[in-house]
Amino acid sequence: MSIGTPASRPFLEVKDLTIRFETDDGIVQAVTESSFTLEKGKTLGIVGESGSGKSVTSLGILGLHRTRSNAKVSGEIWLEDQELVTATDEDVRKLRGGKMSMIFQDPLSAMHPYFTVGSQIVEAYRVHHPGVNKKVARERAIDMLARVGIPQPERRFNDYAHQFSGGMRQRAMIAMALVNDPALLIADEPTTALDVTVQAQILDLIRDLQEEFGSAVIMITHDLGVVAELADDVLVMYGGKIIEKGPAVDLFQAPEHPYTWGLLGSMPRLDREVRDRLNPVKGSPPSLINLPSGCSFHPRCPFAERNGDRCFTEIPLLGGPRHPVACHLPEDDRPRIFQQEVRPNL
Amino acid sequence: MLAYIIRRVINSIITLLVVTAVTFAIFFMVPKLTGSDPALLYIGKNSDPASVQGIRIKLGLNDPIPVQYGKFLKGLVAGRDYVNGNDITHCPAPCLGYSFKTDQEVTPLLVGDLSVTLSLAVGAAILWVLMGVAIGVLSALRRGSFADRGAMTVALAGVSLPVYFTGLLASAIFIRWLGWLPESNYVPLTQNPGDWFVSLILPWVTLAFLFAATYARLTRANMLETLGEDYIRTARAKGLRERSVIGKHALRSGLTPIVTIFGLDLGALLGGAILTENVFNLRGLGYQALTAIRGNDLPVILGVTLIAAFFIVAANFVVDLVYGVIDPRVRLA
Amino acid sequence: MSENLLEATGVEKHFPITKGLFKRQIGAVRAVDGIDLSIRTGETLGLVGESGSGKSTAGRLFTRILEPTAGTITFEGEDISHKSVTQMRPLRRDVQMIFQDPYSSLNPRHTVGAIISAPLQIQNIPTPNGVKKAVQDLLALVGLNPEHYNRYPHEFSGGQRQRIGIARALALRPKLIIADEPVSALDVSIQAQVVNLMEDLQREFNLTYLFIAHDLSVVRHISDRVAVMYLGKIVEVADRDDLYKNPRHPYTVALMSAVPVPDPVRRDRAQRERVLLTGDVPSPINPPSGCRFRTRCWKAQEICATEEPPLITRLDDPESHLTACHFPVVNDETVAGRRPAATPA
Repeated sequence: MSIGTPASRPFLEVKDLTIRFETDDGIVQAVTESSFTLEKGKTLGIVGESGSGKSVTSLGILGLHRTRSNAKVSGEIWLEDQELVTATDEDVRKLRGGKMSMIFQDPLSAMHPYFTVGSQIVEAYRVHHPGVNKKVARERAIDMLARVGIPQPERRFNDYAHQFSGGMRQRAMIAMALVNDPALLIADEPTTALDVTVQAQILDLIRDLQEEFGSAVIMITHDLGVVAELADDVLVMYGGKIIEKGPAVDLFQAPEHPYTWGLLGSMPRLDREVRDRLNPVKGSPPSLINLPSGCSFHPRCPFAERNGDRCFTEIPLLGGPRHPVACHLPEDDRPRIFQQEVRPNL
Repeated sequence: MLAYIIRRVINSIITLLVVTAVTFAIFFMVPKLTGSDPALLYIGKNSDPASVQGIRIKLGLNDPIPVQYGKFLKGLVAGRDYVNGNDITHCPAPCLGYSFKTDQEVTPLLVGDLSVTLSLAVGAAILWVLMGVAIGVLSALRRGSFADRGAMTVALAGVSLPVYFTGLLASAIFIRWLGWLPESNYVPLTQNPGDWFVSLILPWVTLAFLFAATYARLTRANMLETLGEDYIRTARAKGLRERSVIGKHALRSGLTPIVTIFGLDLGALLGGAILTENVFNLRGLGYQALTAIRGNDLPVILGVTLIAAFFIVAANFVVDLVYGVIDPRVRLA
Repeated sequence: MSENLLEATGVEKHFPITKGLFKRQIGAVRAVDGIDLSIRTGETLGLVGESGSGKSTAGRLFTRILEPTAGTITFEGEDISHKSVTQMRPLRRDVQMIFQDPYSSLNPRHTVGAIISAPLQIQNIPTPNGVKKAVQDLLALVGLNPEHYNRYPHEFSGGQRQRIGIARALALRPKLIIADEPVSALDVSIQAQVVNLMEDLQREFNLTYLFIAHDLSVVRHISDRVAVMYLGKIVEVADRDDLYKNPRHPYTVALMSAVPVPDPVRRDRAQRERVLLTGDVPSPINPPSGCRFRTRCWKAQEICATEEPPLITRLDDPESHLTACHFPVVNDETVAGRRPAATPA
């Protein structure tokens, strides 16, 4: 064991990550004091609606906010024994696309329209393998295209993104993200723009590749179904904060936060009988510039009145005997409320 | 791609034909309708009826308009002979006729003027593209900074100030007051390159200032839009150095719209920069155009219009081709 | 109740593709390629399919935003297939559309009041208590604050904008509303609110819906009957429960099994039972001969390439319904295409 790096340090550890953007309208509290860990070979699902902070968290890990002069980041991000918030731009750049990489939601807009798909993969490879000649890089790119299941990879190497179908484009994007064998792969809504049969193919591919490479995966999505398919652990985010986190099975079987209940109630499900009505969360997501006082979910929470004015004044902290939940409802009542009042309507 | 090029060529030719027809109609039919006789314009109002009639025959003014237009087109392509009995004048292709005022052949006259306009426009274009794009890119990268705000304020001034103001102001400062530049008239490049350069410095800067301002604003806007694109985020996520993110990925798409505007602006300028040429007393196409309009010199007006139209159409064509090369979505569509 | 409000027979829409110097037509995108479908008064008919299936084109044909290349469309028994814009105007009162993108389908320069009242004014509908009152009533109806009459679309969230789109569609009290992916751009919780709203409005105004969507769960929730489209054809139509409990067309089976199950405990089973289709949807310019799904179907045989299967109900299967397949799936069939069995390339 070397000095200063405890052997118990997880592969990825995010501690009190806070990201703020200063805008003309005010300070956007995009992410507030998020903490979580992730081990190699595991998948972490981050669920939330638009503006919940799930995407900003991932951009924060990759340090992609660094080019935005109005971003303020605090907290710690440890990737093995390297801290990323205080690291230099150059150090983070070297990790980006190498040890940690990312796939994005819409592969058509995420790929440059004027360069061939192959050349973009070659570029990603060569920036992390200086000195490798073009021919070797090209073979590597073709190899990756073949590995993600693109037929005729030599020919498709020279095509442009707009010449690919949606599914093939996302495969190419994955090939680009995996070309340097990243230890951490962040997938930001990777299947949202795709058809359901193609989504099944892509999720399958990510699962297989993870098995093959043993990488850690962060899967960011609004689709609880996708999370349930892939994730070992799940974070639920609301208004820039983690409001519930735990093993996927616990979160789906015994969720404890009223927002998580609301998300489950909003979803029509093919695996259940048809419900007469959906039970959505009322209202709309909060503005990150003017977050509601106390628990930021209180204006939409059907249980806020039960705790006196605590929910309106006091910010709930993550905690609890089973898995961490940020809610003022009494710890021991939450399972009962879920079983008796919520579950029958799901 | 070949079909695309051929289609563009045919389009361009058709456009030019339409332009010649319309300009011909305007310049030769309108005077007739308003009662002024081109023949009188040519020979002068106090001539005897016999010579006026002679001129009519020689210029073909008695023919029906479509026939006149046909002869005019033939002159453009193959040259034409003006015939009145034994009096034959040959006008080689491309024939634009003879000036009513000076009796000179229009084509060589305009070719001389064109070299002046060409010198002015090309020199200014190089200057404004370099300045405008550089300022625009830097402004976009340092958005909101003091330099950005300063540059954009100057650019706004540049867009709003007319050439006759900046031009005269520049002459007053650099020639009369500071005496840095000699008060000189245009010197052809073939005669003395050094003097040619010196004589054109102020016109170049004045004209370039106007355009550079527009280009800086446009480049800045395009770059800002491109920098917000998903593929720029992807380029950064790949770990590319900021240098390649900007220099390769952002510039490539950020400058594409500039190519279009540049082609069209240059094309339009080659037809004559009327204000600049007049401010600096440069005898180019714009200057010639103004003189011709003042003197009702129809063949010259027609000639200048056609040259201007030709350059605009040609510029459009080149822009389309370049676009096809830059953007695979156009090429492969 | 079983009376048909809208009926489509053999409807086709081909978009020509041109090439070369003279823009010769070299082919056509056969977006909708001969569909028979009827929408019954008072029902919600779900139309599902993936991108390129032609479901949106079908919606646009039924509202006659597009003119069919062939076939007939009747509304309340009247042939509207080739009516001109002017001839269609009276019918526009009865058929309205809700669009997917609540951001681009509302004019950003018009107030909400102007947007919602526009159909009233175009159609010269008398408003006894004034246009403003009529608009405010509509706003209240869709759950928006009537006082926000003078606001602009950008002042509303995505879900609220979709409510504005619904209010606009409701203004003329139409009989049929064609909703093209009305909730797919919205967040999960907002999606559910809009679905509930649409159900409430249907009850209150006896509306008939054609609900076009790619999300099978939402379609199952809201629809009475469901039609499945693939590559310009309808491959299966049935009552909702019939279709979801006893899907007969292999494509429907694959589509349903691809939907992720929000239950991590059943994850492994779901993955095992999944029919993983390989490859992409073929091009609608050169669709496969015979059955269009055969290139990706694990049950395909020779006849599938030569003969196009008609959309029929099979008499030998008591739980059958309209299916266009030579070898429909039967209950409890072991599906050969399931993971990890490889399909030939």
